[in-house]
Amino acid sequence: MNKTITIAHGNGGEENNELITSIFYKHFKNDILSKSEDAAVLGVPHDSIVMTTDSFTVSPLFFPGGDIGKLAVCGTCNDIAMMGAQPKYLTCSVIIEEGFSTRELEKIVRSMKKELELNNAMIVSGDTKVVPKGSVDKLFINTTGIGEIMQPGISAHNLKEGMRVIVSRDIGRHGAAIFAAREGITLESSLETDCASLYPQVKALIDVGVKIVAMRDATRGGVAAVLNEWAKTSEVCIEIEEEKIPVSEEVRGICEMLGFEAVNLANEGTFVLAILPEDEHKAIEVLQQFNTDATAIGTVTHQHDGKVILNSSWGTKRFLDLPTGELLPRIC
Amino acid sequence: MAELELKNLYDDFRDGKTLQAYAKIIAEDAAKLDRTINIMEVCGGHTHSIMKYGIPQLMPENINFIHGPGCPVCIMPKERIDHAYVLAQQPDVILVTLGDMIKVPGSNGSLQDARAKGADVRFVYSPMECLKIAEENPDKKVIFFAIGFETTIPMTAVLLDQVIKQGIDNILFHINHVTVPEVMVELIDSRDEHVDSYNNQIDAFLGPSHVSVIAGSKIYEKFPKEYGRPVVVSGFEPVDVMEGISMIVKQFVENRCELEVQYKRVVTREGNLNAQRLIDTYFDKVDLFRWRGLGNVPKSGLKLKEAYAKYDAEVLYKEVLPLAEIEDHKLCICGDILRGMAKPPECTIFGTACKPTTPIGSCMVSSEGACAAYYKYGNLITS
Repeated sequence: MNKTITIAHGNGGEENNELITSIFYKHFKNDILSKSEDAAVLGVPHDSIVMTTDSFTVSPLFFPGGDIGKLAVCGTCNDIAMMGAQPKYLTCSVIIEEGFSTRELEKIVRSMKKELELNNAMIVSGDTKVVPKGSVDKLFINTTGIGEIMQPGISAHNLKEGMRVIVSRDIGRHGAAIFAAREGITLESSLETDCASLYPQVKALIDVGVKIVAMRDATRGGVAAVLNEWAKTSEVCIEIEEEKIPVSEEVRGICEMLGFEAVNLANEGTFVLAILPEDEHKAIEVLQQFNTDATAIGTVTHQHDGKVILNSSWGTKRFLDLPTGELLPRIC
Repeated sequence: MAELELKNLYDDFRDGKTLQAYAKIIAEDAAKLDRTINIMEVCGGHTHSIMKYGIPQLMPENINFIHGPGCPVCIMPKERIDHAYVLAQQPDVILVTLGDMIKVPGSNGSLQDARAKGADVRFVYSPMECLKIAEENPDKKVIFFAIGFETTIPMTAVLLDQVIKQGIDNILFHINHVTVPEVMVELIDSRDEHVDSYNNQIDAFLGPSHVSVIAGSKIYEKFPKEYGRPVVVSGFEPVDVMEGISMIVKQFVENRCELEVQYKRVVTREGNLNAQRLIDTYFDKVDLFRWRGLGNVPKSGLKLKEAYAKYDAEVLYKEVLPLAEIEDHKLCICGDILRGMAKPPECTIFGTACKPTTPIGSCMVSSEGACAAYYKYGNLITS
């Protein structure tokens, strides 16, 4: 195999086969994929599956605590897990810029494999395209996944007054780590992305009998986006106690320097959960086994339906709105 | 000795109990006054803090905020944004600016739009990053579209200083720097006979601390002396702001009219003399700078000295830069809002034609403008 990927590797011929077998088949090997049919034949019950798709274009490709490969599997598997389902089958489409390093590609594929194992899922179909230099930024990955529902009825439409809102860990790590890596900000302590597969946590919650009302991983737009979407979809108000929101010192520091708010920063392994008050204790106990920062941050009310309100510890309130446009640092 | 960490610099200044204690002091003092006090926080950073921490909710009824023009992005007139847009589209040009600036629409679109059309537009955290961009792109002209008040002017001056000392020939400047005291005078005592500044409602100013870190507190001395308006130079954390407000209210209770500094931990009367020297070396005052929403304000803007014209993109690209002034919508009342004579909801286009995603007037442009703040937080402020 060449040291770099060339246009020839996307030609559908000999080099293309070499790329697929020596990197993708090698690491993703399973019975369904090995059949190499035009489409994968899957054995899933037709009335309880979920399906989702996501494309990954992160820069830089490798960042503290993860890479685009880990992200591509976590992202899609987490969307499945957030529906109370177990991730089972994924497709993997890769668009590679000509000249990309073969070694880096294999490194990325290897971390995809590792993450698939955590989810007990497999790649059953894939595609590779190589495009001329400048057409993509190094490497884009799309994954589409199918999962089998374990607990039905989880939906953003179901929030009702009195329900409790929980976050699974401290927030904003992925966004802060990417910004720091992109801007070359070096920190004394090592800030890593939270990028992780959430299926094990979801399974643990379901196993102890927590009735999950709504659940969403707080990816782009952060926790603020999830809460706003829920408030609008369920026509309720979500009141958050600002000081309860767990934010690490490193993330706070980056927010202070660049003028961001942690609630708007992306996460890749952090989710928000809405549950009945009687399940709160049980749910937090389970989640704290994975991360001790898991905590309840707010309650569903009807104070301003469709809006999220942040209550400060000194008795003031403000709306928590969706961020608009590009995340840009403030000037003064 | 315990190490100083970043959190030490903000945790104590956001303490809920301290904020409540100041709220109590302010309420007790304000009760002794038989009138409403309108305090203008000049700087957009203060507006942002005041809104983010819900400070109006901690105020008694007779203490009122007027949100000032101190947001460098908001006050940029459209014709100057058009300059940036045109420069970005010149062949072999990389246009560099700070944060929010790339979002603001000019008459043809924003710098973001120019970027989407293929122009090379970049935003940086520090102007010094231009040195690296210029080094990596020797065949391109890097034009730094410089914006900001006294706080960012020294950074532009240092960049120019380095460009000259290192003999770099592919960094140019488009200067849009403005200064705080001159616009404060405009708000309370406009020389423009068409402007109704006599009816302004500003009783006192909360001055931004970072401006005085550079320029010193001396720049505000004339406001209590000549214009009868107390000024308190205050920091940006909520406890700083609350202390600053309580100092202003105290002045009214005790019938004083003075310049005071709340942010004593950094601000001195003289400020940073090295920075001031550097600014004087490279910049002259312009006779008039046009502020969006306020119009022409004498001596309120800077330009490069003639001796440095070869670094001045405004001179070098004169042929292609549009000259005509572009007025905001006739219905826009930003000028009155900035003088405290109207509140955003009194504007007929507020929240309808003029929104944060499609701003028409300066106060809606960035999150630091009064209209944008009302639009975002409004319901909770009035309820």
